[in-house]
Amino acid sequence: MTAFSKFLSGSALGLALAVTSLPAGAATPDNMLVIANRIDDITSLDPAQNFEFSGGDVVGNLYGKLVNFDPLDLEAGYQPDLAESWEVSEDGRTITFTMRQGVTFQSGNPVTAEDAAFSLRRAVKLNLNPSFILTQFGLTVENVDDMVRVEDGKLKLTTDKAYATSFVLNCLTANIGAIVDMKTVMEHEADGDMGNKWLSTNSAGSGPYRLVAWKPNESVTFEANPDFYQGAPAMERVIVRHIAESATQRLLLERGDIDIARNLNPEDIAGIADMEGVKIGEELKGYLMYFSLNQAVPELAIPEVRQAFKYMVDYEGMANSFLKGQYTVQQNFLPRSYLGSVDENPFSLDIEKAKALLAEAGVDGLELEIGVREVQDRMEIAQSLQNTFAQAGVKLNITVGTGAQILGRYRARDLDVYLGIWGPDYPDPQTNASTFAWNPDNSDEAQLTGVLAWRNSWDAGGLTEKVEAAVVENNREARAQMYRDIQAEFRETSPFAVMFQNIEQSAMAADIEGFTTGAAITNAAYWNVTK
Amino acid sequence: MNEAHHGLRGWLLSDAPQSRLQARAAALYLGWLAFRANPLAMLGLAILVLLFAVAVFAPWLAPHDPFAQDLANRLQPIGTEGHLLGTDSLGRDILSRLIHGARITLYIVGLVALIAPLAGLLVGTVSGYAGGWIDMILMRITDIFLAFPRLVLALAFVAALGAGIENAILAISLTAWPPYARIARAETLTIRKSDYISAIRLQGAGPLRIITRQIWPLCISSLIVRVTLDMAGIILAAAGLGFLGLGAQPPSPEWGAMISEGRRFILDHWWVATMPGLAIFTVSLAFNLLGDGLRDVLDPKSEK
Amino acid sequence: MAPFPRWATKTGLTLGSIAVTMLGLLFVTFMIGRVMPVDPVLAIVGDRASQEIYQQVYQDLGLDRPLLVQFGLYLRDVMQGDFGTSILTARPVAEDIARVFPATLELATLGTLIGVVLGVPLGVIAAVRRGSWIDQVARVVALVGYSMPIFWLGLMGLLVFYGILGWVGGPGRVSIFYDGMVPSVTGMILLDSMIARNWTVLRDAFSHIVLPASLLGYYSLAYISRMTRSFMLEQLSAEYVTTARVKGMSERQVIWGHAFRNIRVQLITVIALSYAGLLEGSVLTEIIFSWPGIGSYITTALLSADMNAVLGGTVVVGLVFVLLNVLSDLLYKVFDPRAK
Repeated sequence: MTAFSKFLSGSALGLALAVTSLPAGAATPDNMLVIANRIDDITSLDPAQNFEFSGGDVVGNLYGKLVNFDPLDLEAGYQPDLAESWEVSEDGRTITFTMRQGVTFQSGNPVTAEDAAFSLRRAVKLNLNPSFILTQFGLTVENVDDMVRVEDGKLKLTTDKAYATSFVLNCLTANIGAIVDMKTVMEHEADGDMGNKWLSTNSAGSGPYRLVAWKPNESVTFEANPDFYQGAPAMERVIVRHIAESATQRLLLERGDIDIARNLNPEDIAGIADMEGVKIGEELKGYLMYFSLNQAVPELAIPEVRQAFKYMVDYEGMANSFLKGQYTVQQNFLPRSYLGSVDENPFSLDIEKAKALLAEAGVDGLELEIGVREVQDRMEIAQSLQNTFAQAGVKLNITVGTGAQILGRYRARDLDVYLGIWGPDYPDPQTNASTFAWNPDNSDEAQLTGVLAWRNSWDAGGLTEKVEAAVVENNREARAQMYRDIQAEFRETSPFAVMFQNIEQSAMAADIEGFTTGAAITNAAYWNVTK
Repeated sequence: MNEAHHGLRGWLLSDAPQSRLQARAAALYLGWLAFRANPLAMLGLAILVLLFAVAVFAPWLAPHDPFAQDLANRLQPIGTEGHLLGTDSLGRDILSRLIHGARITLYIVGLVALIAPLAGLLVGTVSGYAGGWIDMILMRITDIFLAFPRLVLALAFVAALGAGIENAILAISLTAWPPYARIARAETLTIRKSDYISAIRLQGAGPLRIITRQIWPLCISSLIVRVTLDMAGIILAAAGLGFLGLGAQPPSPEWGAMISEGRRFILDHWWVATMPGLAIFTVSLAFNLLGDGLRDVLDPKSEK
Repeated sequence: MAPFPRWATKTGLTLGSIAVTMLGLLFVTFMIGRVMPVDPVLAIVGDRASQEIYQQVYQDLGLDRPLLVQFGLYLRDVMQGDFGTSILTARPVAEDIARVFPATLELATLGTLIGVVLGVPLGVIAAVRRGSWIDQVARVVALVGYSMPIFWLGLMGLLVFYGILGWVGGPGRVSIFYDGMVPSVTGMILLDSMIARNWTVLRDAFSHIVLPASLLGYYSLAYISRMTRSFMLEQLSAEYVTTARVKGMSERQVIWGHAFRNIRVQLITVIALSYAGLLEGSVLTEIIFSWPGIGSYITTALLSADMNAVLGGTVVVGLVFVLLNVLSDLLYKVFDPRAK
């Protein structure tokens, strides 16, 4: 029978069935995990390229790394994963990894040191967005074949300086450290891209899951790896569905059509919290909400003015109203739970003090433009700032744009004030220190567009050297203290007003156990989930 | 003058008008009588008059400053003391914002309703009157803009110029003019060949004079009907842009942007999005009722 | 050489004007994309990228060449059926469109069907009983449809019929666990599940499409019923109708046999227009119902400066619009009594 005649004969019966009985919401199957999330930011699932929030959650479940976190005990720090153990050389510049035996990729190929070396070299050579995480150790396209090598079946990684071991290993827990299956990937190489195009939409790892399909703006489907070396995951199929609206996610959860809703806003969390069969998981994330003052604006470069702005923010008011439960006040550049993070938040809304500081600086009638993305909570923060700034006599004009639009102007040093979120790239204090408090060359020509201090035309006021010293300090406690000192100075003098740290609230069916979004340090993990 | 009627009414209803002015006024008056007999259309007119009044007297009518925030009193329900329609996410009075928002809505509608039909009229009449290759080029351009997905064109335009109310107006106008050009061209084609235009041309009138003095006035009535019926579409398009975050900028109380802000609370605090939704609905409906009534009066096709 | 037959010349002219329109459409979209202050490079390289990576991608995209050269290169590729690669999805734009367009087509077709089936009779009845309560009700129903912000109605509909009553399926095209259960032949799940004879999926897909399609159907109904009414009024006031009535023809025959026959042509144009409108204008409905169609595809792409995707999407939607217009012109000629 042809498809068409099948269709014709089927349609009459089918439509009759369809019209007469519409199904009510049914619970999801026991071996399947269904998650609603915003996943429209995914542009590639190649670990050497992927650098978006929701894409990281996908990659993290597909690949093993040399070292990784245990989702059930994140506070323990990095643990052996595909590398069973490691040794650091005397000069502190070379780490030798011994690979775990008997682990295979999903293709059946064994995981070897060669694969690990290939993966790291590939990431450096492709030179895509996240490559700086590796190249900051002095790895370059030219020298990476020597710096990353295999000797006696072991992987040796050499760096240009004796960095803190914890710094190097923390970086390797980022998704760029994912170990890919060399044979499979190179089979799909096209035009010398080292399999980049193919790996963007496929997976070749040894992780707990295999990628079945990624339909952009629609869904990502995973299938469990029955041979996963830590044991086959209980959830045999995981589907992450793109649902943009909070209200829609909540309705789906209430009807039992999904197991986990990851983007509910505070009002919907409050509305669903008391519902039977639903529970709320809370995890402190690494995202910081901040605004920054462009030092190219003469008035904003005056120290008293910079300080004044930090008193013009209704931190508590916002955290207790429209940000309630999802942001907590944090005025330092290291997220809580990071090495060297501090809990001191000395600023609060004090219009009189701000006015006095402005008067001291002789600044009056300031009018500024703030750039903000068209995301609802940021637009509300901008409006609250507009309101409190006005009370201190500063007129704030809000410019809303798409992410790329606002970011483009920010990178071009074109905004007076920028309001946005910063997320750490790997779970080490260096990730934020090297962007907030480090700027080796403040000239326009330097074009250090990836560095936040540079974008705000701030020379980092002598903190650059302190940041560079901290990253090579191998004594853990001494290193932590150095970051505390840097932040104490940064908090008072920098043109950055860090305001809040994000808390992710996930609403889920009450029988879901073992789900984590990865807190502030890593990605969501599905392989320990049971129901 | 007809003996049976006296005064103004008599003058207007005269069977044998004495002057051009009287004939025109009489036609208008008859139209008004027909229009007045349509209660739905009158309702639409009344709503719009009310809207206009609200917009003019907004600062005196609004019980609160539409921008005054009060985080401690956010998301108050309808009927809260001092906040008849409740408060929004930042604790601002929804009623006051709606009242001030009426100005923005009228501003958008007014400007678009001025720009788009004028542009369409210009292109359409020139195209229809000139004919030949001018007609061909202009109509191809019109086709190109007609073939564009409307919201996409508006979005692209706003994205290119930057978000903001003026740019939203320009963008909507850009998507709205082609149908007017088509209508105006069709009307021009039928008028162009008529005897009296030939007569005027013989008297030595130039094309510019003929288009502006003779053809434009005749196109106006069908355009007015079309514009009135399009008003709702314009309001909804502006609201759609606001909904996507590309219309009016915060803290502006534009109705579409208000829905967009309020839709996050639709399940527990439904009024925050529903009140501006109702406002948009009411005004759109009023324009539609008015347009529908006007069509019955002005559009000869559906008369008789 | 013999002159071309008339139909050939006409076909050539029509094709030529379609080509010119499409070329203009591409050109305008291309230029808008290039003057937009959104940086496509940033969309690729992200927030943290160094200037070095930025420059490299900038050159890879060919953005350092003159605009007209860029447009020429783009046209050359399009002629070969290559719409380029989307930044956002990392796939060929043609492949993306083949995935998202059927979703919109399915929704718009069902919406138009609803609009025609209900709107035409409503319009005819309103015209026949002009001024009666039915006419007034039809008028209010239609004008309310014209006036409702669709995103608000959509959210409310979802809340009431899915959230509270549970009568229909939720957002998306099928329930998540039926995702990918029937092989994709047409890309339209209703058809695909019929071909695969999978009634469970068909029922589920139908329960998901019924609400958004009804919403679009309502808008279509509003437009179609008003236009039908106005066309019918024109016919009913014509002399031949009076003559037919005088001759003693039954009212039913007058209305359906004569008046309605004569408005078929105009009606086709209106339906085609309304169909085209739904195909292009359902962006907001798609967003609210998490419907992965072409409207939301173009919108998302536009906001991220993914210009290959925007251009490809616009061309497809524009082409559909133009083709529908040509088709209705053709039908016009076939059915128009005066053309005979």
